[in-house]
Amino acid sequence: MKPLRVKKSYTNNFKFPKSPTGIQGLDEITNGGLPKNRPTLLLGNTGSGKTTMAIEFLVNGIEMFDEPAVFMAFEEKKDELVLNVKSLGFDLDKHIANNKIYIEQVLINPDEMRETGMYDLEELFVRLEQAIYKVMAKRVVLDSLDTLFYGFDSKILRSEFLRLLSWLKEKEVTAIITSEIGDVFLTRQGIEEYVADCVITLDNRVTNQIATRRLRIVKYRGSIHGNNEYPFIIDEKGISVYPIISEAVQQESSSKRISSGIESLDEMLGKKGFYEGSSILISGTAGTGKTSLATSFAYSVCHVKKRCLFCAFEEAPNQVVRNMESIGFDLAPLIKSGILTFYYSRPTLQNLELHFLAIKKIINEIKPAVVVLDPITNLMTEGSNSDIRSMLTRFVDFLKIQKITVMFTAAITVGSIERNPSDEGISSMVDTWMMVQDIEVDAERTRSLCVMKSRGMIHSNEVRMFKISSKGIILMPISTNKKINASESKRRIKEHQNLSTSKESSGLKETAR
Amino acid sequence: MSNKIQKESKVKVKAESPGDAKYILRLFVTGILPNSARAIKNINAICDQYLKGRYELEIIDIYQQPSLALTEELIAVPVLIKKFPLPEEKMLGDLSNIQEVLKGLSLVK
Repeated sequence: MKPLRVKKSYTNNFKFPKSPTGIQGLDEITNGGLPKNRPTLLLGNTGSGKTTMAIEFLVNGIEMFDEPAVFMAFEEKKDELVLNVKSLGFDLDKHIANNKIYIEQVLINPDEMRETGMYDLEELFVRLEQAIYKVMAKRVVLDSLDTLFYGFDSKILRSEFLRLLSWLKEKEVTAIITSEIGDVFLTRQGIEEYVADCVITLDNRVTNQIATRRLRIVKYRGSIHGNNEYPFIIDEKGISVYPIISEAVQQESSSKRISSGIESLDEMLGKKGFYEGSSILISGTAGTGKTSLATSFAYSVCHVKKRCLFCAFEEAPNQVVRNMESIGFDLAPLIKSGILTFYYSRPTLQNLELHFLAIKKIINEIKPAVVVLDPITNLMTEGSNSDIRSMLTRFVDFLKIQKITVMFTAAITVGSIERNPSDEGISSMVDTWMMVQDIEVDAERTRSLCVMKSRGMIHSNEVRMFKISSKGIILMPISTNKKINASESKRRIKEHQNLSTSKESSGLKETAR
Repeated sequence: MSNKIQKESKVKVKAESPGDAKYILRLFVTGILPNSARAIKNINAICDQYLKGRYELEIIDIYQQPSLALTEELIAVPVLIKKFPLPEEKMLGDLSNIQEVLKGLSLVK
């Protein structure tokens, strides 16, 4: 085969030719994919997902863009590789049978070799060329380079590697070359600094016993790209990267209203309820009825035929269903009809960002009008507060763009706002903040609710008692007797905000009695 | 590659010499690329000097017989393989380090 020359066009409105990866999120970050007909270096430690990403690039190329592929495996055996990626839903056997992918397995055993002088890797080129020719490949993966470098003279390997890169360009294939990070590359020899057109690093970091995969584009010649580290997950559908792009630069605000599901609560919220696409926070101590309020909202949303996603981080869905049935919310038929979807995951399973990524995936699938997160505080145990805040902000922005109303519940302990600034972080971020709490009246615990803030509407300042009955949530009418209690609850709220002194509060307590 | 050579792919040199073990050698080369050209020159010289009359040398051009290189699982060239006497020995490079080659051929310890 005579090598073809790369035809380069220099026009004024030049658009950098790219080869889309088809990997969710990655094409967004790279602004369209990897550099077409050029090699990309994919660096990362063992188990960071290099091979998976490379394989997905090839499989997507075959399935989405009809570009045949060659996978040159230095590490894994062919059948092992086929088996390993099967769990990610990639059927390599089928593509091999259809002549869409060719897996060239290269055994490297330099130890057996006695070096007697100068040599080159020409045989590797011959084998690769044959493989490319067999399927007329447009995409090529070499996995991984370290195995190649291992044992061979690194001086020779370096010059051969440079030759390989320009050879790949000549062959007009879009290539991924994987390599361990910091071992041969990036630090010790610095090859990538000047030879590769695109360098992507992968990383699997463990913080608080939770591993998070991250991706970063170190360099991309001739193209703009996102500079951040982006978290990504590998699940049964392959890789998804979560681009943290300021999502809500200019979101449109809706003036439409959505009912809270409780008529008297709607009354308190400017007589109409929440704004559509707004964010709502219900905070309160344990057992004050946060989940019930949230369910009430979700229930009413479903009854006006709007989809709702309920993300439960504390209770399993069937437990929520059972518990809510006891207060008159029959969720089971709603789940069955598909109008209510549950997402359940242990908060400690992965970090907040990955939870959001998983939730985002479901949102993109089912397109709900309302998302409930119960409770958001459980997610906050992982990661530092500033991280959490920025993650939450981005998540809320993402929802706002899609005009999805989001309701968080937050479990707090008395006086915890001082201790837990993250909660304060959310309350300043949300549009509507309601606080529920327990107050003691005549040796009896009563639940109360007040609207702390609600942007863009005239809301009630009352503290209302409410009852959770077998027919849902009922807000009690204000009576003179209760008014005293209201002041008691106000006092407590003030205490939460650290506004009142202990002297004042004890005075109030006496008045209450 | 474009610079494939039209060259006699196999050069068989047969020689017999009673008493000593006969050597069967295979040299994988890439046409007349510099490393390979040097390797051919070197092996001929070594054989001439140390194995005269008791070796069989096969020179294989991987451009023309790619399947043979595949069976040997090669990626770098040139490679000299001592098939016989056993054990089999692979030598990578242009064979300019004669001492290493002689070690590989078990001609020196």
